[in-house]
Amino acid sequence: MRPFDYVRAEDTGSATEAARGGATFIAGGTNLLDLMKLEVMAPDRLVDITRLDLGAIERTEVGGLRIGALVTNADLAAHGTVRRNYPVLSRALLAGASGQLRNKATTGGNLLQRTRCHYFYDTSQSCNKREPGSGCAALGGINRIHAILGASEHCIATHPSDMAVALLALDAEVETETADGARRMRPLADLHRLPGDAPDRETVLADGELITAVVLPSAPRGHQAYRKARDRASYAFALVSLASVVAVENGRIARASLAFGGLAPKPWRDPEVEATLIGEVPSEELFDRAADVLLREAKGHGHNDFKIPLTRRVLKAALREAAGMEKPA
Amino acid sequence: MQVDLTVNGVRHALDLDPRVTLLDALRHDLGLTGSKKGCDHGQCGACTVLVNGRRINACLALAVMHEGDEITTVEGLGEPGALHPLQAAFVTHDGFQCGYCTPGQVVSACGMLGEVREGWPSHVSVDLEGPVDLSDVEISERMSGNLCRCAAYTGINEAIREASAKSEAAE
Ligand SMILES: Cc1cc2nc3c(=O)[nH]c(=O)nc-3n(C[C@H](O)[C@H](O)[C@H](O)COP(=O)(O)OP(=O)(O)OC[C@H]3O[C@@H](n4cnc5c(N)ncnc54)[C@H](O)[C@@H]3O)c2cc1C
Ligand code: SF4
Ligand code: FES
Ligand code: FES
Repeated sequence: MRPFDYVRAEDTGSATEAARGGATFIAGGTNLLDLMKLEVMAPDRLVDITRLDLGAIERTEVGGLRIGALVTNADLAAHGTVRRNYPVLSRALLAGASGQLRNKATTGGNLLQRTRCHYFYDTSQSCNKREPGSGCAALGGINRIHAILGASEHCIATHPSDMAVALLALDAEVETETADGARRMRPLADLHRLPGDAPDRETVLADGELITAVVLPSAPRGHQAYRKARDRASYAFALVSLASVVAVENGRIARASLAFGGLAPKPWRDPEVEATLIGEVPSEELFDRAADVLLREAKGHGHNDFKIPLTRRVLKAALREAAGMEKPA
Repeated sequence: MQVDLTVNGVRHALDLDPRVTLLDALRHDLGLTGSKKGCDHGQCGACTVLVNGRRINACLALAVMHEGDEITTVEGLGEPGALHPLQAAFVTHDGFQCGYCTPGQVVSACGMLGEVREGWPSHVSVDLEGPVDLSDVEISERMSGNLCRCAAYTGINEAIREASAKSEAAE
């Protein structure tokens, strides 16, 4: 690990102030320290934000939920209101990492965790995300875990979070504070950038901008579920995951919020897929049409070609479950 | 940097580089070598300790960030002659072979049983709100952050089940 200065922030103002000029926040440290040990990240200055007062989960005036950025993944998954009203969020969190990691990992850190691309982790390899302009070793390399949607010729890495996928299906917003003290709200859908020709720029956050909370609207109607396809039954990242909130009313689909993990450089939600479903009578043909729309621009890179049919199956299985349909023989 | 760490109830004043992980501070600076370094990247659980009663991976924690916290290592749970019920159950059920993962398993199980007492669900719980029935599947899922290269999982699960049943009976 490279040497760094350590600063313990006492309040959000001093945190963003200390971060001005390119310091790095540290919360649970479960992603950052991992990357610092490998010198994939080498911040000169760490601002410890764990003493800030951002650990609460509170009801909002409009019946939603405000989740402080320092709420741990474990506490969020176990919170009574989350279990009752936002079960897809509990399920996504519980499907991620391990008991130990969830006790440390925070809401803000989970959103901003970096890709698990093996070449990003290996400093002897070319990687445009780690070292802009050096190339992308994954394109011609082992790319089994890589993206089939939203990638570019410069980077095909995926965003690894489970939690973010559920939050996206729940229409979460992200609250931040900038170095000049301004507060901002953005839809979570707008937080992460697609790689384009600058895969090192992963979010729209400004230097020193601190995530203070994630805000959920009131509980959505419909069936909530999280499906995660992975290489082992526990303690593994998603190959494909799907957070779904689907309501079927009077025999027709009234709501379909579908967010995918493991497919793209950011948690992925496609309004056209949802538009294909809404107002329709559930059927195998309809579900296939929705999958066609979702995968219309899907591109495999060799080892990850299997994600295309796998995604179709995961989507159809989730829709069947929500509609109470049996799998056809 | 001056750092005060409270480990197994004893306060220690240390002078540490900010880069020192909690695991290295425990092992190198305090000589508490029960907590093991397996992967050093959060992937194996050998370094599991309790911080304010919650299990975490000490390898992915900076010592300076844990000033003021109550840290418990395997040495703090029990000692030869006065074993913690989980430690005793690991012996009874052959919950190990080489023993390298064992301190992490024991401390993790201790944290895990606390989570069960608080009613936390897991990935395999059918009902998110229902009472936790500590079946084998539940134990395996909840302990999936602790790998055992000797694959002593059968004995580990039995030990945890017995210790859990005993502590319930004692309540
Ligand atoms: C072995 C292993 C397995 C894992 N498996 C999974 C899995 O299956 N699913 C999954 O989703 N995740 C998994 N994870 C990842 C884990 O969820 C993340 O490491 C964790 O959520 C990061 O949170 P943190 O608080 O520790 O972040 P940190 O490591 O502290 O920070 C991560 C990044 O976020 C920034 N940051 C943190 N908080 C803020 C804030 N409030 N405002 C602005 N910036 C901030 C930091 O500067 C840093 O760049 C796994 C991790 C490991 C090590
Ligand atoms: S996919 Fe992205 S992160 Fe992976 S090597 Fe290519 S540029 Fe780097
Ligand atoms: S040494 Fe900490 S998890 Fe492996
Ligand atoms: S007993 Fe050898 S690693 Fe578990």
